[in-house]
Amino acid sequence: MHELTITQNILNVALEHARGAGAKKVGRINLVIGEMTGIVSESVQFYFNFIKEGTLAEEASLFFNIVPARFRCRACGTPFELKTDTSCPHCKASDMEVLSGRELFVESIEVD
Amino acid sequence: MEIKVLKNILGANEQIAVQNHQLLNSKGIFAVNIMSSPGAGKTSLIVETIKALKGRARIGVIEGDVAGSVDAERVDKEQVPVIQINTGGQCHLDANMVRNALENLPLKDIDILFIENVGNLICTADFALGEHKKIVISSVPEGDDKPIKYPMIFHTADAVVINKIDLIPYVKYDLQAFLKGVRALNKSAEIFQVSCTTGWGVEEWACWLLNQKTAGKSPF
Repeated sequence: MHELTITQNILNVALEHARGAGAKKVGRINLVIGEMTGIVSESVQFYFNFIKEGTLAEEASLFFNIVPARFRCRACGTPFELKTDTSCPHCKASDMEVLSGRELFVESIEVD
Repeated sequence: MEIKVLKNILGANEQIAVQNHQLLNSKGIFAVNIMSSPGAGKTSLIVETIKALKGRARIGVIEGDVAGSVDAERVDKEQVPVIQINTGGQCHLDANMVRNALENLPLKDIDILFIENVGNLICTADFALGEHKKIVISSVPEGDDKPIKYPMIFHTADAVVINKIDLIPYVKYDLQAFLKGVRALNKSAEIFQVSCTTGWGVEEWACWLLNQKTAGKSPF
């Protein structure tokens, strides 16, 4: 729901690094987005197509590496995903750590 | 040519949040970010806490809403400094909005600052504001499945307040299931059961807050 803010930040980060490298244009922006951030990639893509106009990233495409929300039981070590229950599917303990799913960063950009 | 970036998309927000945090520390203010769904009782809990801490701590409030100032008006009746932020459609407060609000509050007259976020369990979890503690309110009528549906916000909370606890006899709500869900995601969060209508549990919560303020001199 705050995808416009997110998209503006993505564009700013990409442009800053492209300018720093003296690039003429940005071809591709590689993103890593964790599932738990709730960011909707289609929506980011939608906004990006508007705000990239007139910038070095005018012809750039976004690539999303979506990282699933993964948890691990602290009692028995079993990794699992959250579906309908907050207990471990193996030992039924209710004590988990977050393995992945909170990522939100620009991994790299490809420039000419 | 590929350029490695590895930069947090919300890095700019986080930089401002750190500055807010430093400003709050320099003024001796303990700030809490209050998050919940719409209607869970954020403003009610703030108003009841102001009443409970009268004479024990000086409170200030930042009210975040998409539009309107009804919440700020409710808080204003308690005669504490309050600033309304209208986000104009944005679903969460960010650190820059809070920075602007801090410039307009009498910081020397505040011990505890409540930052009432926009009613939303998703977006608010992503944006650091510079607060010392994150509080999530979940009310009984919303159901006992909130932790599993919104794991991020429960995972990052320092305290969870279950509000409208007086309604348990009237709605289908499994308190044990809710508690189990919170504990699975978050081992250390304090959990309070309160009713802002009857006042039940408010004193315990208010005392915890006061103790956190006294204990947490340099929380970062």
